[in-house]
Amino acid sequence: MSTVRVENIKKTYEKGQVLALDDVSFEVKSGELFGLIGPDGAGKTSLFRILTTLLVPDAGRAEVAGLDVVKDLWKIRQIVGYMPGKFSLYQDLSIEENLNFFATVFNTTVAKNYHLIEEIYVQIEPFKHRLAGKLSGGMKQKLALCCALIHEPKVLFLDEPTTGVDPVSRKEFWDMLDRLKARGITIVVSTPYMDEASRCDRIALIQKGKILELDTLEQIIARHAQNLYAVDADNRYNLMNDLRKNTEIVSAFAFGEEQHVTLPPHFQDEYLSAFLKEKGHTGIKVRKIAPTIEDTFIKLMLENQ
Amino acid sequence: MRNLVFLLQKEFRQIFRNPTILRMILIMPIMQLIVIPLAADYEIKHISISVVDQDHSTYSSKLVNKMTASGYFQLVEYTQSYAQATKTVGDGKTDLILTIPAHFERDLIKFNKAQLHLAADAVNGVRAGLGTAYAAQMIGDFNREIREEWMLLPKFNEMPQIEITSANWYNPHFDYHLFMVPGILAILVTMVGAFLTALNIVAEKEVGTIEQINVTPLKKHEFILGKLIPFWVLGMVSITLGMIVTFVIFRFLPVGSFFTIYAFSAVYMFGVLGIGLLISTFADTQQQATLFAFFCMMVFILLGGLYTPIESMPEWAQWLTRINPPAYFIKIIRAVYIKGSAFSDLIPEFLVMIAFAVGFNALAVFNYRKRSA
Repeated sequence: MSTVRVENIKKTYEKGQVLALDDVSFEVKSGELFGLIGPDGAGKTSLFRILTTLLVPDAGRAEVAGLDVVKDLWKIRQIVGYMPGKFSLYQDLSIEENLNFFATVFNTTVAKNYHLIEEIYVQIEPFKHRLAGKLSGGMKQKLALCCALIHEPKVLFLDEPTTGVDPVSRKEFWDMLDRLKARGITIVVSTPYMDEASRCDRIALIQKGKILELDTLEQIIARHAQNLYAVDADNRYNLMNDLRKNTEIVSAFAFGEEQHVTLPPHFQDEYLSAFLKEKGHTGIKVRKIAPTIEDTFIKLMLENQ
Repeated sequence: MRNLVFLLQKEFRQIFRNPTILRMILIMPIMQLIVIPLAADYEIKHISISVVDQDHSTYSSKLVNKMTASGYFQLVEYTQSYAQATKTVGDGKTDLILTIPAHFERDLIKFNKAQLHLAADAVNGVRAGLGTAYAAQMIGDFNREIREEWMLLPKFNEMPQIEITSANWYNPHFDYHLFMVPGILAILVTMVGAFLTALNIVAEKEVGTIEQINVTPLKKHEFILGKLIPFWVLGMVSITLGMIVTFVIFRFLPVGSFFTIYAFSAVYMFGVLGIGLLISTFADTQQQATLFAFFCMMVFILLGGLYTPIESMPEWAQWLTRINPPAYFIKIIRAVYIKGSAFSDLIPEFLVMIAFAVGFNALAVFNYRKRSA
């Protein structure tokens, strides 16, 4: 059974000049933690705004929990929780006041659904009289999640919840999402961070309004197996230039200190070593590696250009 | 209904937490009511005058004395050269030149007729107009005095004369403040109502909180009422404060009833809030809203009859004032304050107020699309 169903959604801005979503279709299963992974401007926020009834698509249809996003918008608003990418709670109200306000707006009380937010709320409770505008980034995130959860939503939409949050808080945040998933809440989350993809049940790689690939992380990587090598040498700048000039090489990208080089399938690592030696490089290190989601995304991106 | 209560709670909590809004509401009426009526005065005094006296006779010095003794004119120059006087005008040091030609006295006695010349610096039209008018009146007086003097020689009978005396109704002492203060009260309520509302709603857009509100089951009208009611209350508080300040500083109390004032204010506030709401529907940032508010305020004040009487505007401008809510409200408040008009005297205006309230709010709601906000 699917909780979110998107069919051929199209959305343009500026009177059709800017294409934000181009014929997007996918489904999210009940109780799934679904990730939308893509760079800024890929169309993730537009998709969220359509699914949370804030935006009407130009074409196509979408359903959330069996309800049409255009026709049944009031019913959808009762059952979804939305955390926009930009912190949008009242900065001049305290933690407690924000939470109470959103609870009452959904015709419920904090006490009634406290079990849902308890784990998160205890972390910010010591500051409950502090104004939301004066909280740190991580605390704002936690408060926003509490407010999105307070009416016990069936589906939770989180738009880049971890952008601008420190690595420890990011990890904590994903742990919280795991626990919410265990309670049966369907979660759709977007992120520009590829490393967070591994925390999702299934992911959709999205770019320029199109879904490039949709599956579990392992499946996507397996489907796009590459003959990939990590290469390093003493003179890294020349190394990069030499690799890029070589027309045999499919792609070469800087990855931290190393270059990730994709070779055509039948090539061996000896080819790279010989090529670099010939170019006069010293301290050459070449090792075969398994592609990560980032490598796969770059490959898909190049293929779709 | 239940939702509205929570929205109002939230709204008031935010307002009382915002020192700027509170200061605006408290200090604005006090400042405006104290400073503006005292500073902005219609009566033009201290008009600088240059006298070019080429006659140097008894009559010429009598005329000059009469003018400077009136208190309206200040003699800045007494010269024989018209060119010198025009230079003084060019320097901006004098407003008016009175030229008394040579043989003024001789001509007057001999031919019963003499000429004078008045020139005014018309950069400031009002000053020039009033200055020449005052001067002409004084010269007329002077003329009459001379004739009376001659009549005393028992030649003819008493000369027939029409003397005009005037009574100033409703404002017997011609107190300018009595005219200004009620008008400023009206403008005050307009500012609080229209612009605080507009800025408040636009701030929700700008900060993004409206996004979070829009995904809740809160209905459009609940959100709007939640915004309108607090500012309606603030508007009423503001006019009450204004009336208190008016009493404390100027010792004015409305001749009419407070009930009439509050009844009109209550309806007028809704119209004004509608304007604020309308602004908020097409402004995306507080900057845009503020600029637009400034523009509106200029139109409201200049076409509202606060300073310049509507009756003396060209006809097309008079038409514009008919769709200008403050123009009505200024008129109403003045009528109640000065003339003591009762509610029953102002029924047509009351209907107009209702029309504005309904019209602006309908327009705003029509324009406000919650889904794409």
